[in-house]
Amino acid sequence: MADEFLFLTELLGLKVYDLKGRRLGLVKDAALVPLIDPSRVDRFLVGGGWAWLSIRHDQIRSISLDGIYLKDEQLTPYHSDEYMLRLVRDLLDQQIIDGQGRKVVRVTDVTFTIRHEEEGDVLSIIDIDIGLRSMWRRLAQGVVPPRWIRRTQSIIPPHSIPWEQCSILEADPQRRLRLNISNKILEEMHPADLADIVEDLSPDDREAIFETIDSEVAAETLSEIEPDVQASILESLETEKAADIVEEMSPHEAADVLAELEEQTSEDILEEMEGEPKAEVEELLEYHEHSAGGLMNTEFVALPEDTTVAGAMDALRAHEEILENLNTLFLVDSNDQLTASIPLARLFTTAGATPLRELAADPLLHVDVEERQDRITELFDKYNLLTLPVIDAEGKLAGVITADEVISLLREK
Amino acid sequence: MLKRFRYQIAIFLSVIGPGLITANVDNDSGGIFTYSQAGAKYGYLPLWTLIPITLLLIVTQEMSSRMGAVTGKGLSDLIREEFGLRTTFFLMIALVLTNYLNVIAEFAGIASSLELFHISRYISVPICAAAVWLLVVRGNYRSVEKIFLVACTLYVTYIISAFLLKPDWKEAAIYSVKPILMFDTDYITMLIAMVGTSIAPWMQFYLQSAIVEKGITAKEYVQSRIEVVVGCILTDVVAFFIIVSCATAIWAHGPRDINDAADAAVALKPFGQYAYLLFSAGLFNASFFAACILPISTAFTVCEGLGFESGVDKRFNEAPEFYWLYTLLIALGAGVILWPNFPLVKTILASQVLNGVLLPFVLIYMVLLINKKGLMKEWTNSGAYNAVAWVSVAIMIGLTLALVSITVKQIMQASAAPIERSAPFAKMQSYDPSRQALKADIHESRIAHLIRQTLRIGKFAD
Repeated sequence: MADEFLFLTELLGLKVYDLKGRRLGLVKDAALVPLIDPSRVDRFLVGGGWAWLSIRHDQIRSISLDGIYLKDEQLTPYHSDEYMLRLVRDLLDQQIIDGQGRKVVRVTDVTFTIRHEEEGDVLSIIDIDIGLRSMWRRLAQGVVPPRWIRRTQSIIPPHSIPWEQCSILEADPQRRLRLNISNKILEEMHPADLADIVEDLSPDDREAIFETIDSEVAAETLSEIEPDVQASILESLETEKAADIVEEMSPHEAADVLAELEEQTSEDILEEMEGEPKAEVEELLEYHEHSAGGLMNTEFVALPEDTTVAGAMDALRAHEEILENLNTLFLVDSNDQLTASIPLARLFTTAGATPLRELAADPLLHVDVEERQDRITELFDKYNLLTLPVIDAEGKLAGVITADEVISLLREK
Repeated sequence: MLKRFRYQIAIFLSVIGPGLITANVDNDSGGIFTYSQAGAKYGYLPLWTLIPITLLLIVTQEMSSRMGAVTGKGLSDLIREEFGLRTTFFLMIALVLTNYLNVIAEFAGIASSLELFHISRYISVPICAAAVWLLVVRGNYRSVEKIFLVACTLYVTYIISAFLLKPDWKEAAIYSVKPILMFDTDYITMLIAMVGTSIAPWMQFYLQSAIVEKGITAKEYVQSRIEVVVGCILTDVVAFFIIVSCATAIWAHGPRDINDAADAAVALKPFGQYAYLLFSAGLFNASFFAACILPISTAFTVCEGLGFESGVDKRFNEAPEFYWLYTLLIALGAGVILWPNFPLVKTILASQVLNGVLLPFVLIYMVLLINKKGLMKEWTNSGAYNAVAWVSVAIMIGLTLALVSITVKQIMQASAAPIERSAPFAKMQSYDPSRQALKADIHESRIAHLIRQTLRIGKFAD
């Protein structure tokens, strides 16, 4: 009976026979050409005499543990090709990203299916194998007969990742394109998961990922990464790309990242940035990292003193993008002085014509931009705050500190 | 005033990086006992090895840190990626065995340092093993690391002691540059152990990972290089004074072996009644420090090389191999010590010999890796570097082969002699007649017994 599957460890060293049944050599490597087909083995590289031969997938009649039989005589010598993903050289023992388990894993073996088609057998990757079972295959490869390996391995639980869930790492951006490496798997992950993965990679691989993924995803991911890694990533990127990413970040996170960089790099990136975010970031950069100014963000909703509940609802409808993390509204007078803070939830139980002023939280808590960290955490703890407004020297509302910022702060200690 | 002092401490601590930490862990219990033994038994004679050892130490550690900075990957990762699973697997097996003996050595150091104060090892070792496990897994190790480092200044006591003992500086100077080679098992074992303790294989893996973890890149690497070189020199300066102290305080009154911590503490006798305290504190700190780093570094190295999940931020069921390996290294490492009459010092010395035997293999892979253009770009080795590395590999393999051949010859001679006693008890006694004096050792562990038999460490007891 024909085999339904094959492992890379078995493929390597398989004997290759020509039309007349003469042995040509042994399989040394196999290659995909992902631009044509993401999983079908396109070339088999066979070592026999002086050089390696390259066998195309359509020159093969059958593949089994007993060997590969060809149906064509026209074989060409192997030439290295940038469009080829060579399984032994580029994949085996290398790290890849497991999109399903959301982590970095090391490839121990590859599982293929053999499809028996009319024109000949076709080999396609289905799984990337990691874990002990594949490790046993690797260790026993060439020492124990393949059929014995298959029999003995069944006592070890398998550990594999579907090929379509894998994302290969390639540090060269040109080659990423040629190998048709998509970032879809990475972009669909939660930014916090992607951040954990990125922290595990080498600087070159990090750079390659940030160079190519969508700026918005990059920004979200970057803000989840540890500060010193953040800095090294931004420093490794082209200034333009770095500026694109920083623009997508919220101003206070952007300011935090830029503060970690060397002064020259951070100025270069600011230079490349455009419009409103740039001004806000520059302003935030003025504050000391460990003061209220360094902790606050500038995403808040401030309304005139005479706003009614219905008016506030209308204002919120116009700015849906900030609703997700919003829990407090602020009232300011005609001179931008903070006069009240309104817990958002109270709006829902109050008639539309009621002025917001009547819903104000008491007492009105706020801190100065220069306020020290420990004083701020103390206030959050004492009054069970979610949000704390920050005012500048003139008493104007400058920003807000949110509870998640305080949690990060406490975790750092 | 106090503020200024604090500021200076802060500056000092901020420049301490992987290089200095590695250098200090280098003089762990294995280091202290090996150098003490060298001085006590051969006097100033082994001093000449320190210059080549320092050179080799600088070369290897510089290579590790350069590889870490340029590739951003650990040594076992690189070996796996470039040489495949099988090579990695066998190298990791060898590393785990060697490091296991080193872990035993660290716990032996802890036990013997506290036994000077009559604290039983049945109390000290389990408590310290649990403390190490918790410190590292709970993640508060980082905060105590600085304390260990500061406590490493205890080594200064050796320098002071050496001066107070008034050694024969002229002789020490001569032997520092005059190589003396003897084709004698004990001496060759000693040499291998000295190289093995200074340039421990696990340290190369640890240093490279530490550089990677600190995020040092090729650009910033120049500062790290200085730190690495300074660290290496410091390590061997301490080694020099340990040997000189022991040579003056012990060897000058008749060459002898170091059998326990009390013997080794004699080197600090100018401190009078505080000698024991200082020695014990220094040894305890060194052993505990290394016991914190060694098992976790081994678990990381192995799991990274073999592709298992690793990290103390993972839960047990996310990284079972990692936690098992880490826990077993500590539990078995500490457990063996509790075996009745376990020979602490001999095991410590044996572990360092095994380090020396494994070292050339690790070095070979390091030199092959660092010369790969695709990996290191313009940061590959220069010719002189390669020459030093290859010569060291050749010398270390030569020394190992010499040791093996002498040992085999001795075993052959021993087995040629008619010994007809079947009971294992009699057999153990017969293999070394000088063991009469060490009757208590009969109960010692089988493992230690085998190691000693193969390496003839027992000969130290002559």
